[in-house]
Amino acid sequence: MSVLSRGFGRGRGRPADDRLPPGQYDVGSGFPVLSAGPTPHTPLAQCDLTVHDETDALRRWSWEEFRALPHEALTVDIHCVTKWSKFDSRWEGVAVDRLLQDVPTTATHVLAGSDGGYTTNLPLEDLTGGRAWVVDTYAGEPLPPEHGGPARLLVPHLYFWKSAKWLRRLTLLHHDEPGFWETFGYHNYGDPWREQRYSGD
Amino acid sequence: MARAAVQRRLNWLRARVLDNRMETPRVHRLVLDVPGWSGHLPGQHVDVRLTGEDGYVAERSYSLASPPEVPQLHLLVERLDDGEVSPYLTDEVRSDDVFELRGPIGGYFVWSVSADRTDRDTARRPVQLVAGGAGVSPFVAMLDHHRRLDSPTRMQLLYSARCEQEVLARDVLGPETTITLTREAPAGWRGETGRIDAGMLQRRTFGPAERPRTFVCGPTVFAEAMATTLVDLGHDPSAIRIERFGSTGEPS
Amino acid sequence: MTDTRDAISARRLDGNAAGGELAALFAVDLTTARSRCASCGTTSMIGAHLVYADAPAMVLRCPTCTEVVMRFASRDGRVLLDLRGAALLSVPMPVVSDDGSATADDRPRP
Repeated sequence: MSVLSRGFGRGRGRPADDRLPPGQYDVGSGFPVLSAGPTPHTPLAQCDLTVHDETDALRRWSWEEFRALPHEALTVDIHCVTKWSKFDSRWEGVAVDRLLQDVPTTATHVLAGSDGGYTTNLPLEDLTGGRAWVVDTYAGEPLPPEHGGPARLLVPHLYFWKSAKWLRRLTLLHHDEPGFWETFGYHNYGDPWREQRYSGD
Repeated sequence: MARAAVQRRLNWLRARVLDNRMETPRVHRLVLDVPGWSGHLPGQHVDVRLTGEDGYVAERSYSLASPPEVPQLHLLVERLDDGEVSPYLTDEVRSDDVFELRGPIGGYFVWSVSADRTDRDTARRPVQLVAGGAGVSPFVAMLDHHRRLDSPTRMQLLYSARCEQEVLARDVLGPETTITLTREAPAGWRGETGRIDAGMLQRRTFGPAERPRTFVCGPTVFAEAMATTLVDLGHDPSAIRIERFGSTGEPS
Repeated sequence: MTDTRDAISARRLDGNAAGGELAALFAVDLTTARSRCASCGTTSMIGAHLVYADAPAMVLRCPTCTEVVMRFASRDGRVLLDLRGAALLSVPMPVVSDDGSATADDRPRP
């Protein structure tokens, strides 16, 4: 039994749009900032990116080394589990394929780790095959800290919580290791087109 | 003298709007009738839940600006640009409209005459209130309650507002209140001007030697800056309680 | 306290904002409960904890070390609660008086 309040509603037009996954709305020019914790302010000189396996560090790039890697420009739609979608967001970054190209591995899964302790897990195949990037530029400007700068993961085909902000580490694993939200009732995979928001969806 | 019951399972109650009146250009006062309301302590807040005809649900929290002695509940709602809920509550809501309300909530950010009567040692320490903008709302309840019950507890409020037109609850504020205007002051204004800084805190608030019980309420940036400055001035951090109102924009 | 330089910090709240959700679950006010942080061992009242409330769930963090103390979400008729970051919660319980009504125990506590 809910009490309906006269005249209240979200009021956002929701035309049928095949670019919108189920349950989402177009946030237009906005780009909401959501966070589970304080923004890290680690000096750039200490913002390295590493690839690990279960036991060792396999690759490391300092910030300068990362910036020197070949970057691509991409324009993608992104979808947040809190229901906003943003069309045509513009980014620049390094394809994860490029980061992993000289890393021999039989790993099946990845745990992405952020400065500040956030983690999220993905199958390795969702980070490769041209489906994921580590990005440092948004809308032509350096990625701001509140949106994950200096560099974040970008995985547009999954809900945006998988695009870990303040990315510092990719750990290659032979098992799946649920991350921060996945251990708190959020879906382990997170496909917006199948509306996989929560575990059990 | 009965104490207000504060511990009871929280259920959503049906709030009926008795009045929606403009208090200042950006802030409206909502006066509510809430059958089944169990009473509250000054400083407590309520959660408001709105369900639209389209099924969309939004929740926000608002401090109670009325003291427990007044049977209707008063909320001071600031219209936030791009807000989802506040423009509805300020501009749309009218008498006999209904929404859901849950409370009273919180025992951390409260002050009451009855607590001071029980705990005489604490009651000797004065109460210092520091407010930024709409953060004055819980303190309006505290001051009103303090005056109605003629409390001997020393209480002062330092209240930062943008301009004189934005000062809330003028009927409750009295000589215990110092107002500072941060954007503009009227001709002949003899009060404080500018943001609250260490110097103004030293001039206008109880000093550390008096061991005040301090409450700070307002936007997060303001509240955290006040707390930090008070600690820098020598106040005991454990004697300072903060209630953050978030940024001046609502979450998307 | 962490600095307040950016949009995320400016939106952070505190344990007061979690008061309604927690009281709905626990049936008592938790904002005056004392929680010992499982990471740094500092004890603070829940009302003093930092709250990040616009992520998919509510995250409470220790005011001293900012590590996660509690995660809270409610949806679809269920409440999810992760309390691993709280090593110990000490909750003041209401006193039931002679007429059967419950009141907050206002007596000073050490």
